[in-house]
Formats: sequence, C-alpha cells, structure tokens
Amino acid sequence: MIGGLFIYNHKGEVLISRVYRDDIGRNAVDAFRVNVIHARQQVRSPVTNIARTSFFHVKRSNIWLAAVTKQNVNAAMVFEFLYKMCDVMTAYFGKISEENIKNNFVLIYELLDEILDFGYPQNSETGALKTFITQQGIKGQPQTKEEQSQITSQVTGQIGWRREGIKYRRNELFLDVLESVNLLMSPQGQVLSAHVSGRVVMKSYLSGMPECKFGMNDKIVIDKQGKGGTTDEPGKSGKQSIAIDDCTFHQCVRLSKFDSERSISFIPPDGEYELMRYRTTKDIILPFRVIPLVREVGRTKLEVKVVIKSNFKPSLLAQKIEVRIPTPLNTSGVQVICMKGKAKYKASENAIVWKIKRMAGMKESQISAEIELLPTNDKKKWARPPISMNFEVPFAPSGLKVRYLKVFESKLNYSDHDVIKWVRYIGRSGIYETRC
Amino acid sequence: MTDSKYFTTTKKGEIFELKAELNSDKKEKKKEAVKKVIASMTVGKDVSALFPDVVNCMQTDNLELKKLVYLYLMNYAKSQPDMAIMAVNTFVKDCEDLNPLIRALAVRTMGCIRVDKITEYLCEPLRKCLKDEDPYVRKTAAVCVAKLHDINAQLVEDQGFLDTLKDLISDSNPMVVANAVAALSEIAESHPNSNLLDLNPQTINKLLTALNECTEWGQIFILDCLASYLPRDDRESQSICERVTPRLSHANSAVVLSAVKVLMKFMEMLPKDLDYYGTLLKKLAPPLVTLLSAEPELQYVALRNINLIVQKRPEILKHEMKVFFVKYNDPIYVKLEKLDIMIRLASQANIAQVLAELKEYATEVDVDFVRKAVRAIGRCAIKVEQSAERCVSTLLDLIQTKVNYVVQEAIVVIKDIFRKYPNKYESVIATLCENLDSLDEPEARAAMIWIVGEYAERIDNADELLESFLEGFHDESTQVQLQLLTAIVKLFLKKPTETQELVQQVLSLATQDSDNPDLRDRGYIYWRLLSTDPVAAKEVVLAEKPLISEETDLIEPTLLEELICHIGTLASVYHKPPSAFVEGSRGVQHKRLPPRAGSGESTESPDVGQSGPSEAPPAVIPSQGDLLGDLLNLDLAPPTATVPSVQPSMQMGAMDLLGGGLDSLVCSSPAMGAGLGAAPAAMPASLGSAPAVGGGLGDLFDLGGGVGMPTGSYVAPKTVWLLAMKAKGLEISGTFARRGGIIQMDLSLTNKAMSVMTDFAIQFNRNSFGLAPAGPLQVLTPLSPNQTIDVSLPLSTSGPVMKMEPLNNLQVAVKNNIDVFYFSCQYPLSLLFVEDGKMDRQVFLATWKDIPNDNEAQFQIKDIHLNSDVASNKLQGSNIFTIAKRTVEGQDMLYQSVKLTNGIWVLAEMRIQTGNPNYTWMCWRRPHVRECVSQNDSPVIS
Repeated sequence: MIGGLFIYNHKGEVLISRVYRDDIGRNAVDAFRVNVIHARQQVRSPVTNIARTSFFHVKRSNIWLAAVTKQNVNAAMVFEFLYKMCDVMTAYFGKISEENIKNNFVLIYELLDEILDFGYPQNSETGALKTFITQQGIKGQPQTKEEQSQITSQVTGQIGWRREGIKYRRNELFLDVLESVNLLMSPQGQVLSAHVSGRVVMKSYLSGMPECKFGMNDKIVIDKQGKGGTTDEPGKSGKQSIAIDDCTFHQCVRLSKFDSERSISFIPPDGEYELMRYRTTKDIILPFRVIPLVREVGRTKLEVKVVIKSNFKPSLLAQKIEVRIPTPLNTSGVQVICMKGKAKYKASENAIVWKIKRMAGMKESQISAEIELLPTNDKKKWARPPISMNFEVPFAPSGLKVRYLKVFESKLNYSDHDVIKWVRYIGRSGIYETRC
Repeated sequence: MTDSKYFTTTKKGEIFELKAELNSDKKEKKKEAVKKVIASMTVGKDVSALFPDVVNCMQTDNLELKKLVYLYLMNYAKSQPDMAIMAVNTFVKDCEDLNPLIRALAVRTMGCIRVDKITEYLCEPLRKCLKDEDPYVRKTAAVCVAKLHDINAQLVEDQGFLDTLKDLISDSNPMVVANAVAALSEIAESHPNSNLLDLNPQTINKLLTALNECTEWGQIFILDCLASYLPRDDRESQSICERVTPRLSHANSAVVLSAVKVLMKFMEMLPKDLDYYGTLLKKLAPPLVTLLSAEPELQYVALRNINLIVQKRPEILKHEMKVFFVKYNDPIYVKLEKLDIMIRLASQANIAQVLAELKEYATEVDVDFVRKAVRAIGRCAIKVEQSAERCVSTLLDLIQTKVNYVVQEAIVVIKDIFRKYPNKYESVIATLCENLDSLDEPEARAAMIWIVGEYAERIDNADELLESFLEGFHDESTQVQLQLLTAIVKLFLKKPTETQELVQQVLSLATQDSDNPDLRDRGYIYWRLLSTDPVAAKEVVLAEKPLISEETDLIEPTLLEELICHIGTLASVYHKPPSAFVEGSRGVQHKRLPPRAGSGESTESPDVGQSGPSEAPPAVIPSQGDLLGDLLNLDLAPPTATVPSVQPSMQMGAMDLLGGGLDSLVCSSPAMGAGLGAAPAAMPASLGSAPAVGGGLGDLFDLGGGVGMPTGSYVAPKTVWLLAMKAKGLEISGTFARRGGIIQMDLSLTNKAMSVMTDFAIQFNRNSFGLAPAGPLQVLTPLSPNQTIDVSLPLSTSGPVMKMEPLNNLQVAVKNNIDVFYFSCQYPLSLLFVEDGKMDRQVFLATWKDIPNDNEAQFQIKDIHLNSDVASNKLQGSNIFTIAKRTVEGQDMLYQSVKLTNGIWVLAEMRIQTGNPNYTWMCWRRPHVRECVSQNDSPVIS
C-alpha cells in the first residue's frame, strides 16, 4: 500500500510530507527530488523506481504530488487516489498552488490522516469530509451524540458521497451534456475515423436524500421499450436512439442495476460532479465538413483553397471556430483572402489560422491563400500535415438526448414536478482533422 | 489567515522560542507553536528536542490541536521511546471517549507509534474498538490490526486479533468489510502458507454483496482479494464473473482494472465453447478502450496492462487498433506504450493503416519515439510477411531523409529483415552503403558490417568498405570489432584471392593487439580453422543461419501468467514479478492462473483463439543456438531493452563462429547424459522415443536386487561429467539425488592439475524445469593437486525455465580461479517427483478418461523380478504413488500418479504379468498440463 505521500513545489522543496509505513524513510523525500524533479531530462514515466522504492507522481500547475511505496501496490489505485486528493484539496481551498498549500498545511495533514489510513484510501468524498473536517477545527466538542453518529454512519455508509439533512429553498438541478467530437477525414471526404467522447455533468441542489433516475435515448433501452410496445412509435424511436459503445459512472450509480436493466438510478452528491462518461462511434453528426484543395504551382508557389460547410440546423449557431491550415517550412510569404472572419499567417506555427466568431448551420465559407516558397534543394517532399479545426456547437454530435431525470424524495414534501431542471448540450471539437 | 508564515522561520534560537511558546498559558499561542513545529518537521528540521513540550499539549479539547500533536508523535515517538510512554494515558483515555471520531483517532494513531511499550497498551483498547458499536471505529480498528501485525506479528496472533478480524468480514457495514479484507490480505501475504483468508463460497458471497455497497476504494480491496480465490468449478467461476462484470462501468479506473483482473483470471476456468465465455470476451474490450480516455498517468498504467492482456488474449482487442494511434499531445510515455501495442495488434488486415501511422511517427521530434517507430516498421516487416516489401520501401524513404538517428535505426532493423528474408532485398544494399560514413553508433555500425560480410559476394567493393573500418579497429566497441572480424573472414572465404592480406591483418589485430578475451578467442578459432581446414571453415562460418522468429519480444508464458494475476499493480507496470522489486517475504509468492475446468479440454492450450501469436507459446523460447550463446557468454551486445525484438547482433556472431559444431563442443564429454547411462542394460526401450526417463525407471528397478535402500529415492552412481583434459585439470563427476524433498546435486571435484584451485562457483543455464542452485557451491578450502572433494549442492526449481532438448538436459558452468568450464548433464526425471504426488482416486479416474491418446507413451522394462507390491513400495520411495491396483487375466495392474515440481501430473499404468518377469509400463499420461503443451512430443514419457 501507499507508504508515504509528499507534496513539493516546483523547486523541489517539500511542502507536505506524510509517511504511513515504516519502510519509507526520510531519504525517500530527497530521492524523488534528486531523481525526478531535478532530473535533467523530461520525465519519461509517471512511475519511477529508485533503489527498490517506487514513486508515483502527478503534477498540478507547478506542484508535484508524489506517492511512495516499497510494495506491489495497485498502481491504478494510487493514481486514482492522487487525482482524488487533488479534487479534495481543490474543493477545500481552491486552486492547488504553493501559497494555498502552505496556508492550509494543517488542514491537508488532517485530510491525509483521514483519507489514507496505513496507506489504504478511505472515504474521500468531499461531501462527507466537509461534515467533520472543517477549517475551524472547533467542531469537535459541541456536537451531540446523534450528530456524531450521523457523521460516522455517513462516512462509512453506503451513501458516503452525500450527507443527510441538506435543505434548499428551491430544488434545482443542471445537466450539462459535454461532448468532444473527433474526426480524421481523407482529402476526398471519406471518414477514416470518428468518435465522440462525452460526459454528463450534473449540478444538483436538492434537499434531502433524493432518489434520481436518469434516462437518455440509449438504443438498447429504446429498443427494449419498443418491443414491449409501450409509448414510443416504432419508427420514430429507431431514428432517435443512439448506440453507446461504452460508458462509466460515478460511484453513486447502482452498477448492478445498470448491468441488469440498463437503468441509471442513483442518489446524487450535492453540488457539481460527473455523472457519467461515454463513447460513441456510430452515426455521429459531424458539425463541419472541410474541403481542401491544394495545388502546387511550380516549385515556389502553392495555392490553397479551403471550404468549410456547417452541417446542422440553420437555427443553431456554432462558435469559436478556428481552422488551422499548415504551411510548408520554407514558406516565405502568404496572401490570404477569406469571406468571413479573420485569417492570419503565423510563421512561428507554420500555419494559416482562420478564425470565425459565429456561424449558423447549413452555411459555407471559404478561404483561399497563395503561399510563396523559398527554393530549397531538399529532396524530401512536404509531408502535408492535416488541416485541423476547433469549434463549439450547442448540440450533442453523438445525437444523445436526455429523455428524463426524475427525482423522488419520499420523506420531504417536494415532488418531481417541483424540481427546476436545466439541460444544456455543448459539442466541442476534439481532434478534428482533414488530410489534404 | 496565512499559515504559510510558519514555513519561513529560519532564525536561530528558534527551538528555544518554540519551547517557551509551547508552554504558554494561552491556548491560541500553544496552537500556533505546535503548527510551527509541524511546519519545521515537514521541511526536514529536527524538532525532536521539543518532544516533552509537545506531548504536554496533548490533553486538549481542541481536536485540531490534538491531531497535530498526534502527527508529531507518529514522527518522533520512535526516536524517544521513553518519553512516548507519557502519551499512553491520553491514548487509552481517548479510546474510551464518547465521540466515535476521537476513539477512532486514538486507535488509528496508536497503531502508527512503533514503540513496544505503547504497543502493549494498545491491545485492550484495540480489542474493544474492534467490537465498537460505531462502524467508523470498527473500520479504523480493522486497519489497526494490520499496523500492529507489521510491528509485532506474534502479538497479533497471541491476542487472537486475527479471528476477530475474520469475523469482521461478516460485518453489516460494507466499509468495515472492505478494510477487514484489506488488512487480512496484507497479513496473509506475509504468511504465504497460512490459510488466513480462508475464502470459501460463503465468504465470497459476503464479499460480492459488500462489493455493491462500499466505497470505490473498498471495491478495489475486495476485487483484489477476490482475484486470489480459486473457484471450485467453472460454474462457480461463471457466477462470480457475472457479479463482477457490472464493475467494468465504474468511473474509477482502478476498480475497472481490478475487475478485469478477476475476469481474466476466472475466465481461464470457463470452457471455451460456453456462450458466456464469448460474451465475457466481448464485454472486456469497451472498458479497456475507455481507460485510454483517462488522465495520462492512468493511461500509462492501463496501456502497460493492455500490453499483457493483448499477449494473453489477442482476440479481445484485435479490432481496436485505431484507438492506439498516437495523438500529438500524448505524453511521451503514453506514445511509446501505444506504439508497442500497435505492433502487437498489427496483422495482415490492418497493416496498411499501421504502416501509414508509423511513417508519420518517424518524422516526429522526440528521438526515442522516432527510433522506436522506425524499429516498429522493421518489426512489422518481420511479423507480417505480406507487408515486408512495403516496410522495406518505407525504411528506404526514411533513409533518404538523412536524419542521422533515423538512418542508423533503419539499418539496424534492415539487418533483421535480412535475417528473416535472406536474399530477398539485397537491392537496397547500395543505398545502405551510401550512408556508411554517417554511422556513429556501435549497433548501427555492427549491423552494417554484418550486412556487408553476409553479402560480400554481391558488393563489388566489400573489401574496401571493410578495410575502411579496420583503420580505427581499436577505437571501435567490442560489438563492432567482433562483427568486423567475422565479416572479414566471411569475405575471405567468399573471395579468397583478393583479400588474403585483409584477413591476415584483422586476425593479427584481434589476436595480438587486443586485450579482449572474446575477441582474441574468436580470432584464434578462425585462424586455426582457416589454417587447418578451409573447407570446414567455410562450412562453419558460412553455415545457413536459423531464421529469426517473428515475435521474439513476447513475455515468457509463465511470467505472463503471473503478471496477469497482478493486473493493475506495480508488477504489471514494470512487467516484472513482485519478487524483483519488493523486499522481504512480501509478494514473493508466485501467483498462477487457475487450471481450466470442463471436460475434454484439459490438455488443450489455453488459447484456442482462432489466430494470434499466443497460439504458439513455444516461439518465445529462444532456440538452443541462442542459449549456447548465453551460456558461453558471448553475448556482448549492450542491453537491448529498447529493442527486444532484435536479436543482439553478437549472438549471431556467436553462431556464425561456432555454427553447428557447438553442440559437440559443449557436450564433447562422452560421459554426457551419464546420469542415465548407468543402467543401459535395463533398458530395452521398446519405445525408442523414451530413453531418458525409461532409463531412470530402469534405474529405479535396478534396486530390485535388494541392496538395503528400502525407502528414499534411487540415486545413480556418480559419473564423470567434465574430463580433466578438457578443463585444465579439473575433473567433475556427479549425480543427482532427492533427499527429504530437497533436490541435491552431488559433485566430486578432483584437481588433476599441478596448481591449487580456489574460488569455485557454479551456474546453470536455463532449463526445462527451472533447476537452479539454491545456494553457492560450498568449496571452502582450496583444492590442492590430486585432492578430491565431495560437495552436495541443494537445488531449487525456481530458476528461469526454458525447454531443453532432451528435456532433462542441464547445462552447467563451473568457474574456478583458472577459467570457466562448461558441461552438460542429464538428470533423472524422478528427481522432480514431489512428495505430495498422490492424486485423489476420484480425480485420478476422471483425469485418466480425459487424456487423449496422443499423450500416451508405453514401454517395457525387462529382467526385473518383483511382484506388484514390492514394486509399488519401491516406487513410492521415489514418489511414484500407487493409486489403485487391480488384477485382470493374471496381470497385476497398478495405477500410479506422479507430480512434478512444476505442477505437472503424470499418470501411469503398470502391468505386471505374474510368472513372467516382464513389466510393461503401459502409459504415462499428462492431464491439464497447460504450461507444457510444447513438450507433448518430447522424448520424456510424458
């Protein structure tokens, strides 16, 4: 198990050092500094073995977090724990910076004592931790016995991520469907690979211990219902459902229920958290199509024409569009003409960057450029890197739709109808490239 | 408030000031002072002098202050044990506190204080806390048992804490269960043989129930524990798998990987024709792919594991090639791992895509990555024959870039391509020769020289090229020197007229002006070969070389199996067994995959996947040629960790040099195989294919003569293994014995030389059953001339395993102050029969029926006059156990079982005809011998 945990600043000075196991000595602190932080070369692995001691590290801005062990620990668990540690710290005092860590070192030690016992991660949900690890530290005494046992039962209980007795005047929840769409397309417009990786992020401000049920247009669920002959019309449902390749859930979701019935039910943590992640590869709506045309005019000139077409409802607007057209290394000058937005040749990046603030659906726009080249005797042909694109669209390119999010709280007197629900879809470009 | 100020106090007299503040009456001031102390402690200052003052602050109502004091105590108690006692009272009192948080805090902290006297006081509070009404206290106490065990294992056993801990597995609170499981697993690791965890279907059921309810971390503890369970049959295995699969959708990657581990392990037991088996395979792919969208560090862990999974079960991810394509912003460690997996998944179906990608990568910036990409192209050429042509032309394109390291890397892999497809792509040699001058790395130079030597007859100016290297001969690395020597000799044999001078020159450089023994020896061998018999020289040096196999970088199957049992852990990241990086007893247990259940399948290879490299595990085992290279220690190439696929060029050199003659060189002693030769008369060997063990059996029966050795296994008389004339005066004779479960090699070392011999050491080459010396060769006194010394060397069977031909061949190197000598001998297989080789009757019956005929061998043993009972007793002495006996038509039939050290079972039937002194061993059978399918047709009676 984890033998010790150290936090360093960018210079390699120790800010936090907590040793859990006897086999980790003080020299381990220095070994990591010398061999990793002060190492000359770039770090080649997040796991380093120095003198039979293994160091796992992650970096947040210029802060290093390192977990140390001499045993055959579960490596995936150690990294998950380090990320979790970062989340917990952020939840308590904001950004992880040297200043914040120094200011909160007592709190951090207290947290480390609580969430890691003898190197075994314990409950690390901030919702629960905040009930008894407070920056004031005085909460120790005035608690009643009931309060105490409530805390302990929550920390150890099945719903460790949520405390009891949360009250909101207005019960409200926000669902964000955030997708990043990835594409690799051939110059002829053939899709070489495309996938969407999506996340459903939920912000819940709900009283009590609400039982939630989340429904989306998952093909498997819709098909099952279609067969059962319930509400949906058969033809319609087939079109609207999407095939999900794989998904993972926050620990609040009852996995065995998902496995057997494919229904997503849970008691949500309070505040913001990531309910699920998913991947799809089928029937992806590609928001933009890039049509490149490159012509070499002699040895010293290139003519480039790129057309982009938006492929979604005309009523929707895409934002932050940026097209990046690579230019050869021996470019000497570039003239660009574009119909919309601004385009610039950036010599340092070897690319023409074309930016458009907004673009509605079913439109097209075009850029043409003349690139002058310096004559070289380099025999090697220019490799023509792909044209890449960035954008943001207000829909989910995977076609995912939230069908419902039902809230049941039997003990308190509010019903599903009283909850104010907001759903937002944002599709962003991941790696969106077209070869030319 | 800004606590950061505590970090900046560097003035002198600080300790003194702190002391005053700690003893202040004001609570706030006290707390401030303790904070300062902790800050100093963090940055590494020694504040142990403040021990009494800090401990004085312990009695406080302020929880935050208390925690700080405890933190201080944990750090310094060990250095001030006497003073630490002062704290005991407070701890004991806190353990009785009304607030469960304080009770838990006290017991948690006490467990971290490694002072014997405190530990004594811990027992009673701990016992109470283990039965506390509050689950928070119980879960903390459970971990505390593990802490205490780490300090004083005996105490924990004496106090009966282990039983209480076991009871906690049935606790109503899932987190208590998870922590109890974690603690028990840890304790069990240091007691490899205890049945501490005592997993049975009932406890497993409890764990599976808790799995659904506990925290993500608890799920990991439970899954890791489940992975060590061995289900009774395939049905149980399936039902566990069914309950574990939902975990694959967990957001925590560690939960997913641990679940994958359980599934990969238990799948091993499911019959392949089961529908569920296919379903499970399909379910595994998506979560593995999803792991690649995690944070880079986790991606790295996942990729290292996927590398193992792909080797074990290529069918899972064979269609997922694209997800392993490298992204431009991946960290370098992720890029390198993805590249590795891409090569593993490369096949005829996707090779075009892979090659296009690799070509892209070869133009990136990171040197290591580019090199690996270039090597990968070469590996694709070797792996997918249809793509070789395309790969070679890609490599040529890359050479045209003239980027120095790309060119060198390309030449190294092209050499390998020549080894795989000889005489096919020589047209590229001209291009290669153009780049001769730019090569500055030894490996690339050596590769180029090898190519020139190998194709000397087709390169017009080969002599000039080689001569140009010769000028700086002494500045070259050994690798290049050896290669140059061999290449010039090859050239000479091909074009003797023009190159006589050159060969003279290189031979004298190698033999007279070099300090390197390998170079000198090789030089002499060539010289002598050339001068005595040029025709023979030609046969040796220009002999046809064995083709290199396609996937030489696969992890050795037994190691792979072990690593599969460690999915998700550090071992799977390092690709090393835990014993390689964990100190002490922990993790030294070797884990194994469970044997497959189900009928008719038992002897099949575990990988019946339609295709894929795993179908041919023997391919991984290096050929014997390499092995001789190893043994002779000719392999001087630098560690080739970066290029596992490429055989070090020197090794080829070794084969060039010694060609086929090596076998006789190493085994030149006529006494070779003498361990068995002792009883040739007893061996008519009706089945010629089984001389080795048959001989051993003959030996066993030879005892029938009735010399007084009623029990214990047979020991053959010593035979000469190493002749004095071959070993500068050292004669070694020896035999093998099994005494009280320990394998021993009895050696007689005789000094027939004129000088004293000292500094003896012994080493074995890798062999079929992993025999290795369990200790050093104990020759304490110098061996004076004409003296003989008898040594008994205990052997273990935990050494590296490699299949030998014959199976029981053992190659040994003995060193003394004079030189290193090599010989090989054969051990009787009976050496490996273990004491617990008695199979249950029912199991025997079931297994017997399942064995296919192919695995059967029979032969006769003549001239032995024993009745069945005596034979049975005798054999029992050698750990051959009689399971059943029956009499059919006047023949006694004995059914026997034997278990080998590597867990292989051999079943036998022995027919004894009364009145006729013929004993017919009917068949030896091997059930579920998964590891050794490759040995099926070996001469051993297996």
